[in-house]
Amino acid sequence: MKQETLKQSVVKAAKGLWIAFPMILGTILLISLISVLVPKYFYFSVFSKNSFLDSFIGSLVGSISAGNPITSYIFGGEMLKQGVGLTAVTAFLVSWVTVGIIQLPAESAILGKKFTILRNISAFILSIIVAILTVLILEVLV
Amino acid sequence: MKFKGKMKRIPKSWYFLVLIVFVYFLFSLFNKEVYLGSLNFFNNLILKIIPIFLLVFVLMSISNYFITPYFVIKYLKEKGIRKWFFVIIGGILSSGPIYMWYPLLADLRNKGLNYGLIACFLYNRAIKIPLIPLAIVYFSWQYIVILLVVMVFASVIQGVLLNKLMEVKK
Repeated sequence: MKQETLKQSVVKAAKGLWIAFPMILGTILLISLISVLVPKYFYFSVFSKNSFLDSFIGSLVGSISAGNPITSYIFGGEMLKQGVGLTAVTAFLVSWVTVGIIQLPAESAILGKKFTILRNISAFILSIIVAILTVLILEVLV
Repeated sequence: MKFKGKMKRIPKSWYFLVLIVFVYFLFSLFNKEVYLGSLNFFNNLILKIIPIFLLVFVLMSISNYFITPYFVIKYLKEKGIRKWFFVIIGGILSSGPIYMWYPLLADLRNKGLNYGLIACFLYNRAIKIPLIPLAIVYFSWQYIVILLVVMVFASVIQGVLLNKLMEVKK
C-alpha cells in the first residue's frame, strides 16, 4: 500500500468521475424532464409539511436510491426548488449515503449479516433524526 | 457471442443514460414543447454545475494523493477516545467505493476493531469533503456545516448503539 503518485491520483479521480458520468448526466436529463412534466403541486401533495412524515418519506426514497452522492445533491437541490421541505430533502440526502440497500449482499457477506442489518436499520432511523435536528438547529441559529 | 460479451462489459449506468436519451428523442417527435423546455432546463443546470465539477475533480485528486488505506489504518490503531476521533477523521477522509473498504474493515475487525467503530467509520464516509462545494451551491454553507456536525454526532451514537446491540445474544 504505497503512496500513490500524483498522476495515479489524478487518473483515479478522473476514473471515479467517468464511472459516475452516465448516471449524473442521465439524472440531470431526467430532472430536467420531470421539472417540465410534473406540476409543483404534485410535490406538495406527496409531502405533507409534517416534519416526521416528510423525513420518513425522504429517508425511504434515499434508502432505495443508489449512486454517487453528487447525484443526490443535484436531485435534492432540485427537489427543494420544487417546494419539497428541507427536512424531507435532508433525510433523503443522509439516507442516500448512509443506508446501502444495493450493497447489502456484499456488506453482509464480508462484515456479517447481523451487523449489516442492524447498521442499515439504525442508519435509516438516524437519517430521520438527523434531518429533524439539522433543520431545527438551522431555524434556531440562522 | 462476441457481441453479447461486449454488451455485458458495458456498465449498467450507460443503459440508463441511453434510455433517458431515447425518451428525449420520443418527446422531440411527439411533444416539442416538453422537449425544448427540458433541454432549456438541462442547459441552465449543466452550466451551473460544470465549474463545480472541475473543483470536485481537483479535490478528489488531492484526496486520492494524500489519503491512502495505509494512512487510515495507521490511525485506526489509536487507543481509547482518540480511536473514535481518528475513526471519524478516517471515515471522512477515506475515498473510493464503499465495497473497497469492506475487506479492510473485516481484517481490522479480526485484529480487534469493534463493530461500533466500523459502523462509525462507514457512517462518516457519507461526509465527502470534495463534494462540499457542490453541496454549498445547492444549499447554504450554514446548512452544510450544521448537517456535518449533526452527522458526526449521529455516527458516534450509531457506533455506541451497534456495540451494545452486537453484544446482545452473544
